[in-house]
Amino acid sequence: MQNALSVENLTKKFGDFTAVNGVSFDVEDGKFFSILGPSGCGKTTLLRMIAGFYEPTAGLVKIRDKDMTAVEPNKRPVNLVFQHLALFPMMNVYENIAFGLKRRHEPDTQIKEKVGSILERVGLPEYSKKRIDQLSGGQKQRIAIARCLVLEPSVLLLDEPLGALDAKLREHMKVELKKLQTMVGTTFVYITHDQSEAMVMSDHVAVMNAGQFEQIGTPQDLYHSPNSSFVAQFVGNNNKLSAKVHKDESGTFFARYLDGRDYRVEGAIDLSEGDEYDMFIRPEAVLINPTKSETIPNTMNCDVKAILFDGGNSQLLVIPEGTDQELIVGLPQNKQFDYLKAKDTIQIGWNPGTAVCFPKTELKIYDEA
Amino acid sequence: MTKHSSRRIRWSFFVFFVPVFLWLFLLIVLPQIELLRMSFVGTDFYGESGFTLSHYWAFFSEPIYWLTFVRTAGYAILVTFIVLLVALPVSFFITKVANLKVTGFLMVLVMVPFWVSELVRVYGWMILLRESGVLNKFLVAIGILDQPVEMLYRDSTMVMGLVYTTMLFMIVPVVGVMESLDDSLIEAAHDLGAKRLTIWRTIIIPYCMPGIMSGSIIVFMLVLGSYLTPNLMGGKNSIWFTEQIYNQMIYYFNWNQGAAFGFLLLLLSSLLIWLALKITGQDWRKVIK
Repeated sequence: MQNALSVENLTKKFGDFTAVNGVSFDVEDGKFFSILGPSGCGKTTLLRMIAGFYEPTAGLVKIRDKDMTAVEPNKRPVNLVFQHLALFPMMNVYENIAFGLKRRHEPDTQIKEKVGSILERVGLPEYSKKRIDQLSGGQKQRIAIARCLVLEPSVLLLDEPLGALDAKLREHMKVELKKLQTMVGTTFVYITHDQSEAMVMSDHVAVMNAGQFEQIGTPQDLYHSPNSSFVAQFVGNNNKLSAKVHKDESGTFFARYLDGRDYRVEGAIDLSEGDEYDMFIRPEAVLINPTKSETIPNTMNCDVKAILFDGGNSQLLVIPEGTDQELIVGLPQNKQFDYLKAKDTIQIGWNPGTAVCFPKTELKIYDEA
Repeated sequence: MTKHSSRRIRWSFFVFFVPVFLWLFLLIVLPQIELLRMSFVGTDFYGESGFTLSHYWAFFSEPIYWLTFVRTAGYAILVTFIVLLVALPVSFFITKVANLKVTGFLMVLVMVPFWVSELVRVYGWMILLRESGVLNKFLVAIGILDQPVEMLYRDSTMVMGLVYTTMLFMIVPVVGVMESLDDSLIEAAHDLGAKRLTIWRTIIIPYCMPGIMSGSIIVFMLVLGSYLTPNLMGGKNSIWFTEQIYNQMIYYFNWNQGAAFGFLLLLLSSLLIWLALKITGQDWRKVIK
């Protein structure tokens, strides 16, 4: 399959500060590719280089195998949906969508046809005469995307376009956007700091941190087999357990947790750079009061600190005995655990295969107030 | 409680309203009413004074008067356009190109000339431009000119002077609107395939239209009503309409005629502004905001 977009070793420096550091990736034609990272990681800079607003310090941007280095933004076959949409307030919906077509000097009848059909596709066929300030948040969103899609770009770039919407609408638009992309078949490159947006919509996700890509993979890959501590913490919820890792005579690795007990770890771990590790366990991988029939090698006793009821996303906040770390445990709402109360003591367990270990880092995913 | 507070509001309202009202009424409305009365009063052959439209009629029947007005209005429109052409890129530079620290400094640079009185500024220009002036000396010294040329007392010099003296009044309102223009609108237009000139035509100018119109109205009115600059820098055979009013009142001591001209200037310039607003399709309330 042809690559709609290839980025090779792209770097951007602002003075001494390196915003994007040697990033390379390919996006296949018709795929939904997301770049996921915390704010300030350089993802917007990367997107603006692809759109042509920033000149790279080094590296190449290729669109359908054509080098874009000397091509101005208005000549590139990519279009950008801006974070705040940037719809033209002095024009109505029709004029906004027709803007790009007029710049290509297409005949009026053809413009009319194209605008009509794209409005139909985004589900707003009666809206061509509306003013921008008469539209709701979600409608503006769709008009902004229609304004780009009508030009049939090779790649559509989206700069956190859902950021300004409220939570419910954002959930809805996530699904809408994915459906729209599947329908039109255009290659989407989407940047966001919201891991759920990236996971739900994308075929492939790149996790970006401090100007570099940490990992590229399918959402499932990133979730189940993160290759760095950062990815493990940033993608999905995770419990972080500080532990010292050691190996026994038979070659099995064990993590000694703060409570002084050893827990089995799967796979080989490089101990050449010290034994301080963080062990990550997903909340839903933790089993509550595992029954005897289940052969769970890793179990520990915990005090229930609180029950965080949130429907299907309900969780338990527990404190392992002998430590002061808090762990989050998924609480299935199938009536099975209705007997649990705060201050109960329970046993939790997990399969070694569901935990991953990375050398200890001090990185924080978000600033705690 | 509510009664008490409403009374207090009314009281404070009067404190602010009365001085403004007195100021407007005594110093502006009353003299204008007196001038309006004067413009309709004439003396007949027997020395009897009475109501007449002859002063207004004189404007239309004597070509020298209405031609002066047409010339003045024509130059005022020309000056307004030149000011706009210069002010747009300057405002763009101040709001979008220059970084934040430089912006304040640039605005001060725009305003500094206006801390000096108009008279002093015009004399400054005269020192530069007159036959024995700085510019002539310089051009002769470097050999571009064989002998000094009189650069003053030309219409082109006068237009330049008027552009210079009114520039600030265009830049300030245009900068005000342009500051609120989201940069991403410009980038979006560029991304959708627009060239530089198209971005100006389709995005920046339409967006800044309220500022452009209020700036244009101020500049147009200032130029139309200016006296010093055209008088000192303009040619002797090219009279400004305000000079007609001055001449009527001071040289011919015909205050009634001068008053009539004054009101005609007010009426005709209001008419031109109304026309301009109609043509550009701007809402009057938006423009004065």
